[in-house]
Amino acid sequence: MGILEVKGINKRFGGLQALGDVNLSVAENTTHAIIGPNGAGKSTLLNVLVGKLIPDSGSVMFDGQSVLGRKPHEINQMGISRVFQTPEIFGDLSVFENVMIPCFAKRDGAFRMHAIESIFAEKDIQQQADEILSDVNMLEKKDMTASSLSRGDKRRLEMAMCLVQDPKLLLLDEPTAGMARADTENTINLLKEIREQRGITMAIIEHDMNVVFSLAERITVLAQGMPLVEDTPDNIKGHPKVREAYLGEAQV
Amino acid sequence: MLGLEKKDLRLLLIVIGLTMLAPFILNPFPEGSEMAQFNAGYPDLMQRFVIFGIFAIGFNILFGLTGYLSFGHAAFLGVGSYAAVWMFKLLSMNVLPAIILSVIIAGLFSLLIGFISLRRSGIYFSILTLAFAQMSFALAYSVLTPITGGETGLQLALDDPRIFGAAQTATGNIPVPALFGLEMRASYELALGNWLFTFNAGYYLAALFLILSFYLAIRIFRSPFGMMLRAIKSNQTRMSYTGLNSRPYTLAAFVISGMYAGLAGGLMASMDPLAGAERMQWTASGEVVLMTILGGAGTLIGPVLGAGMIKYFENIFSKINDTILHGWFAFLPDGLENFVVAIIHPFIGKGWHLTLGLVFMLVVIFLPGGLVQGGQKIAAMFRRKQPEDAKSKATEPAE
Repeated sequence: MGILEVKGINKRFGGLQALGDVNLSVAENTTHAIIGPNGAGKSTLLNVLVGKLIPDSGSVMFDGQSVLGRKPHEINQMGISRVFQTPEIFGDLSVFENVMIPCFAKRDGAFRMHAIESIFAEKDIQQQADEILSDVNMLEKKDMTASSLSRGDKRRLEMAMCLVQDPKLLLLDEPTAGMARADTENTINLLKEIREQRGITMAIIEHDMNVVFSLAERITVLAQGMPLVEDTPDNIKGHPKVREAYLGEAQV
Repeated sequence: MLGLEKKDLRLLLIVIGLTMLAPFILNPFPEGSEMAQFNAGYPDLMQRFVIFGIFAIGFNILFGLTGYLSFGHAAFLGVGSYAAVWMFKLLSMNVLPAIILSVIIAGLFSLLIGFISLRRSGIYFSILTLAFAQMSFALAYSVLTPITGGETGLQLALDDPRIFGAAQTATGNIPVPALFGLEMRASYELALGNWLFTFNAGYYLAALFLILSFYLAIRIFRSPFGMMLRAIKSNQTRMSYTGLNSRPYTLAAFVISGMYAGLAGGLMASMDPLAGAERMQWTASGEVVLMTILGGAGTLIGPVLGAGMIKYFENIFSKINDTILHGWFAFLPDGLENFVVAIIHPFIGKGWHLTLGLVFMLVVIFLPGGLVQGGQKIAAMFRRKQPEDAKSKATEPAE
């Protein structure tokens, strides 16, 4: 029984079957990649997992509880954090404030009216924020406005914001999309480090096979909204169905 | 001290200094001099400065922090005024219960309007608040005439019950608002040479409320709550994927700013015990938006400066007329004098809106951060001349 159990998910957009009877099981303490050609339904699946989309049928169980019908912030409070394709950070706020906010969210929940207390008195939160920033090597940039960071630093900051919440499952949506070779290598190393040091379960949606094969312990292949195969990286590499799905796309 | 950082404490002290010394600061020209018309230190105008300052501080908590642009905040000010006048009619002429009730009623009213309006964001939120404010105006102007006095407004009468006070004074007049016997209109005049300074009880009461409002605003700006509000303005997607529910945060900000508006309305009625529907009209809502943007949205002191500037224009600039202009330019040859006066004529007197519009355009284009940004630029210019000083500033901990 995995920490995330997706069973029989169906989602239609008008005439398009975006997801057809998708099953997925992510085991605790593993890195699970979801791959597939364009339009395979990867992003739709991710949006179902975080509560942005509600499927037509099926069930999504996380840590023994259903996530269906819950709002994104409730699902996050259950322990699922998400890293976006283009980093979503608080651009107008300082780097330090960016990581303090998830600390508050973890400690105080979805809403708390702490309007009179001073931020400067929250020593525990400040310490947590400092620690995570030094973990991702961004401590010297803590007073910078987040929007002025480089693309790579924005990605690291977003990762730090997710990690400081100590999630049970980290969802990554194409974490290396549009990155230069060196940045991609850095990101792979950062993710490996997170995986080894924190033991956080990760689900990655990715296009780049290099990234997938260097990180994933299990891989699910989607094609046209259907799950094709689920297996270990070694078995996926030579799998005829997978080759067909990708080559078929290449020929069109 | 007071739970404030050094920089904020300095700002608070500046505001305390400015408000307490306002009768001096606003009356720099001696009586009877040609410039005396630019004196703004008379009670009526000083009261308006601080009351609209409170209104703008509250509006800025919503607009400056969360970025939600409400176009209906005058409704809360109007509701506050009506509540205060009703207290004067039913209870007593003491301003304290009147002001407390104004804040409570405005808070409840903004809870209702905010709950509905905050289901949408951006332009739809603005339109919803505008619609609610115009509905409130229509209700106050005609439908609810028994409660609001309709077109004539709500006024005190000799036969009001006033159960804890006298319905009328010994001389048969309507009593005036007072704070435990201290009449709001009571003034003490101090003549120093040619200068005349007026210290008004109502002004000082309103000024105390302004200081309190400003202090609270600083605390909110520097609190985790304030940080969450800025986070909402910055990125709502990240907000919800960080496990935070932005709806109650924005609603709380909306209600707080509504209560500030109610306080302003209650104070307005305390200075002059009547309330009219025109206080709720959309132009009044627009005015507080202008004040906040002109001064600097999202800054602490900006809204107060913006409120002061607009009220100064409205009351002082509008009084300049052609005769005064001719007086100023009398040194010019006749034809030129008439020409210059004719050029300036559209911008003065009733044309003060035109000047204000130009100033507003210039500020928005060249100083998007408002008057506060202008001040910062000037300060930075001075600092560049003293690089030593700048260096010591930069090494301070950036909290």
